[in-house]
Amino acid sequence: MMHSVAIRRAKNHLMTVLMIAATAAVLIPLGLIFFHIVKMGLSSLSLDFFTQIPKPTGEAGGGMANGMMGSLVMIAMASFIGLPVGIFGAIYLAEFGGSRASTAIRFSADVLSGTPSIITGMVAYTLLVVPMKGFSALAGSVALAMIMIPIVLRTTEEQLKMVPGSLREASLALGVPLWRTSLKVTLRSALSGVLTGILLAVARVAGETAPLLFTALGNQFWGRKLTEPMAAIPLQIFNFAIAPYEDWHRLAWAGALVLVTVMFSLSLTARYFGRSNKTD
Amino acid sequence: MNGDLIFRAITTVFAFSILIILAIMLAEMTKESLPSIRKFGWRFVTNSEWDAVQGVFGALPYLYGSVVSSVLALLLATPLSIGAAVFITEICPKRVGALIAPLVELLAAIPSVIYGLWGVLVMAPWLQSTVQPFLIDHFGFLPFFQGAPYGVSMLAAVFILMIMVVPIITSITREVLLAVPLSQKEAAIALGATRWEMIMMAVLPYGRSGILGAAILGLGRAVGETMAVTMVIGNAPNISLSLLSPAYTMPSVIANEFAEATSKLHGSALMEVGLILLVVTLIINALARLLIWSVSKDAGGGAA
Repeated sequence: MMHSVAIRRAKNHLMTVLMIAATAAVLIPLGLIFFHIVKMGLSSLSLDFFTQIPKPTGEAGGGMANGMMGSLVMIAMASFIGLPVGIFGAIYLAEFGGSRASTAIRFSADVLSGTPSIITGMVAYTLLVVPMKGFSALAGSVALAMIMIPIVLRTTEEQLKMVPGSLREASLALGVPLWRTSLKVTLRSALSGVLTGILLAVARVAGETAPLLFTALGNQFWGRKLTEPMAAIPLQIFNFAIAPYEDWHRLAWAGALVLVTVMFSLSLTARYFGRSNKTD
Repeated sequence: MNGDLIFRAITTVFAFSILIILAIMLAEMTKESLPSIRKFGWRFVTNSEWDAVQGVFGALPYLYGSVVSSVLALLLATPLSIGAAVFITEICPKRVGALIAPLVELLAAIPSVIYGLWGVLVMAPWLQSTVQPFLIDHFGFLPFFQGAPYGVSMLAAVFILMIMVVPIITSITREVLLAVPLSQKEAAIALGATRWEMIMMAVLPYGRSGILGAAILGLGRAVGETMAVTMVIGNAPNISLSLLSPAYTMPSVIANEFAEATSKLHGSALMEVGLILLVVTLIINALARLLIWSVSKDAGGGAA
């Protein structure tokens, strides 16, 4: 009996060590990636990065100013298209949900947020690029919006459901119509949580590359119209990373550092809003 | 009353647009694939010849590459993720866990193009100079480790996919494990179980379907992963047992060829590859969601 206890103890210790090893194996590659982004990114980053467009091959220097502008423009457009759909859709689920159709919508949203983003690029290509006879920032924005909608819908609904029923009932009892109650009481109470969802969705699409490959296409110069190809930071990182030029690799690392910094700031801000909402 | 009707109509339209988007996706992809489906039929998935000049398209190498890379990545990632999730929730001090968990979630949000950048500029050269020669020297008698060390290879794709899906599986598994009732664990401890036995008896069985859901969700992510894989897999339509040889996946061939498709049939064949990818990931995601929903009591559970 003593013996078996010893064996069980030993097994317990062995498995504990194995689980620590698994955690280390999870964290080490991720730590390495982070280390390289910061190290290579910092050494490649300069003021030019934010003010210049990429130089032709062979010339040192240059930056990704056009990509930053392109990313900003397309994210803004995608938000303009996607946020109303996601937020109003979530209000439907929260106010009139409960039916079988609502379950179908929730399920589709979850499934949709798991489909490969390159597929949304292909769909935007057939719906917009082919009829408009050319790659465009507009098509890229639509592809990004299709990715944002299910994320915003689901997070907003979660937040709306957390608003106490008594608050809504008080408003309805005062004779405020449902639509005003919904917008002015429910949505406003859940605002910080909804904002969290929006920031997370923006952070997610800011790093998307695949949906832009055959919609916005990318542009070596400033894109001036929404109906023309436009550069974006993730597209530039991709193109420069697989090119055989040292200078372009450095630009790609700098771009990665900027992108990761922006995304982490968005995530942290989102977390901050999310937390302050919970303690209210 | 009128305002409420309008309000209801507007929100209904927006909510149902999700279903419409999904329907449009399937319809458009199917419509665009039709020329290829009509021309090649089932040979599309059994033929391994892909020749844009001759107009012959068979997607077998891409199917093979997708299946092998994502299944191997999942086989490596799942035990690691479960181990890490158990460590975070059950073993390490609460404060350490509270530090690691958000870190892992943050890492799940890194864009795939950045994994690809690291993969092609740091990991692949390292594989080429260290890991692959080692495998060839010591395990070269196995069919899996034959050929020259190129760096970019199936092995590189497996590794990068593993690194990418681990944060996803870990954070979902962690949430599932947090839902295990304390009474279950206390009961096991009261019976004299060691901590490991408690984990095996009370924690893991309780979270089984949720963990399975997390793993399947990871599989869905791995199958559809485009940028990182395209950057490290070498993009050569080989069907080779060797993990050292370059390969190709379904999303990668779309990413590389779609914008420059040379003919209508070429574009249509790529659309069919996309359609197969869409249907496969829809099935995988539906399965994973059902499993995860069955654990969390309502249809909640976040959108991530």
